[in-house]
Amino acid sequence: MKIVVLIKQTPDTAELPKVAAEEVKSGTIKATMVINPWDEFAAEEAIQLAERFNGDAIALSVGAPGAVDALKHAVAMGVGSAALVDNASLRDGDIWATAALLAAAVKAQGAVDLVLTGKQSVDDNSGTVFVGVAGKLHWPLLTNVIKVREIADGVVTVERLVEGGQETVSAPLPAVISVAKEINEPRYPSFMGIRKANKASIPTLSAGDLGVVTPANKTQWTNIRKPEVRRTQVNIIGGATVQEKAAKLVDALLAEKVI
Amino acid sequence: MSNLPDPHASLRRHVHNLCAQFPNTYWQQIDAENAYPEAFVQAMTDAGYLAALIPEAYGGGESTLTEASVILEEINHSGGNAAVCHAQMYIMGTLLRHGSPEQKAHYLPSIAAGKLRLQAFGVTEPDAGSDTTRIRTSAVRQGDHYLINGQKIWTSRVAHSDLMLLLARTTPLEQVEKRTHGLSIFLIDLRATVGNGVTIQPIPTMINHHTAQVFFDNVQVPIENRIGEEGQGFRYLLESLNAERILIAAECIGDGRWFIERAVNYANERIVFDRPIGQNQGIQFPLARAHVNLRAADLMRHQAATLFEQQQPCGAEANMAKLLAADAAWEAANVALQTFGGFGFAREYDIERKFRETRLYQVAPISTNLILSHIAQHELGLPRSY
Repeated sequence: MKIVVLIKQTPDTAELPKVAAEEVKSGTIKATMVINPWDEFAAEEAIQLAERFNGDAIALSVGAPGAVDALKHAVAMGVGSAALVDNASLRDGDIWATAALLAAAVKAQGAVDLVLTGKQSVDDNSGTVFVGVAGKLHWPLLTNVIKVREIADGVVTVERLVEGGQETVSAPLPAVISVAKEINEPRYPSFMGIRKANKASIPTLSAGDLGVVTPANKTQWTNIRKPEVRRTQVNIIGGATVQEKAAKLVDALLAEKVI
Repeated sequence: MSNLPDPHASLRRHVHNLCAQFPNTYWQQIDAENAYPEAFVQAMTDAGYLAALIPEAYGGGESTLTEASVILEEINHSGGNAAVCHAQMYIMGTLLRHGSPEQKAHYLPSIAAGKLRLQAFGVTEPDAGSDTTRIRTSAVRQGDHYLINGQKIWTSRVAHSDLMLLLARTTPLEQVEKRTHGLSIFLIDLRATVGNGVTIQPIPTMINHHTAQVFFDNVQVPIENRIGEEGQGFRYLLESLNAERILIAAECIGDGRWFIERAVNYANERIVFDRPIGQNQGIQFPLARAHVNLRAADLMRHQAATLFEQQQPCGAEANMAKLLAADAAWEAANVALQTFGGFGFAREYDIERKFRETRLYQVAPISTNLILSHIAQHELGLPRSY
């Protein structure tokens, strides 16, 4: 069984608030770049499935040269190998163009059975790239998956979160799966894994290497801005008794039209 | 810390992520309860960090000393205390360098896997202190075993170890040609001997350090548990100290970084007289000086580690790195406490805990005075002072 996990490099969540709109426009993000936290769940699942079904797990990413570090994180966790697709031909991180490159990279791996990915990235938050990948590959897509129950006879059976509950569904292989955080607890890479990852050779592929032409953008960023910072004000409600404090609080809430 | 590309950035981040599981509140509670941070040590063990220096052939990470030092640095930089487990990294070095093939094959894989803890080394004694050749603990050969009697003090982590190394006299001081002769190193299996001749008596201290006195009363140790040749123990001990000095220097660098980052953040946020206190040069200059001294100490630490990795003589550099880093960390600790003012004494801010912890490195594992004596005599050619 061959399992591909799609990885994106994103700014460290703790540093996201510091990322300026200008940095996003120029593509030069100053924040520490790490593996997209949602993709860690996908990497963990790929490793577990590879162990469970005696398969191979391969990590793929579309990104700048530095995105190799995110792939190395996946290798340090236990993913067998990785490859980077150079994003030099991409403009503005267009979702459809990204999906086209990723789909071509998946095809280049040969007979892939499953593609796993996180539910979204912590920077763009679109949660749609995997939809494009499945569409490009013409493979079924299972989203919000919290458990891979079984893979047998060319069929994958999963449990997925839906509004108000969960459901069990099956799809023929090959398939694309996006995972939710409930699926597992991503492991911390071991020291031996980190050393293996540091020594690993991770090839960089261009669109040309993959035999595809990067599609024209379907979307364009005309303006990027950060939302206004909400100012908060703290008022300590005083009073001689609890009743008095409560009455003043109710008055304040009424005045602000909260209640 | 420099602006040059850091070849260990990935390792730093991974250690940082693991340490983030153990926030300051964890260390506060451990400190308040004088408890051993078992969960933290287990997590470090499970991730293979404490086996970093063990060769791959025995299941370890076969890291460089620099990489191992980065691991310990990041533990302390996270607000933790690497002293609770650092010795698991380097005490096995004596076994690795001087143990028999059978000893190494028997013990090292289990140490690498974290099934056995070897993180205590009994050297210091109440009446010997830094004058190691005057230790009185004796090991007398009797057929296929040695009979050990004596007492050790300041044997850290011994109550949380399965094995310990012990330095003992196998030839009385008055019978040896040189006072450094006649000492031997033994591997003691604490699982079998505690309660059967070995008694551990914890010493309460100003920090949560898990150190103890250890008493040996007619303890039988099989001859096959002697490490290397009889009488060569002092030389083996000296060979192990350079790695220890460099690793502990890295911990001090981690402490210093923690203090300065905390103090800078506080100085930027704390508003007094309508402006951040960090705007005052009285706050800025000590922080800047502490940063400069820490950076300089870090350079010596890396130079010492590089020499060690190239198997070059590095005794002077290892000792200078430890002295400079311990001083820089202590300076940073004082500056941080001054910057925080009264809040620095409040336990919830962690400054006082780390302040106590980093003070240790002025004294242990070697006093800064002894380092200066060594440098004066061996580097500068001044007369021996002790």
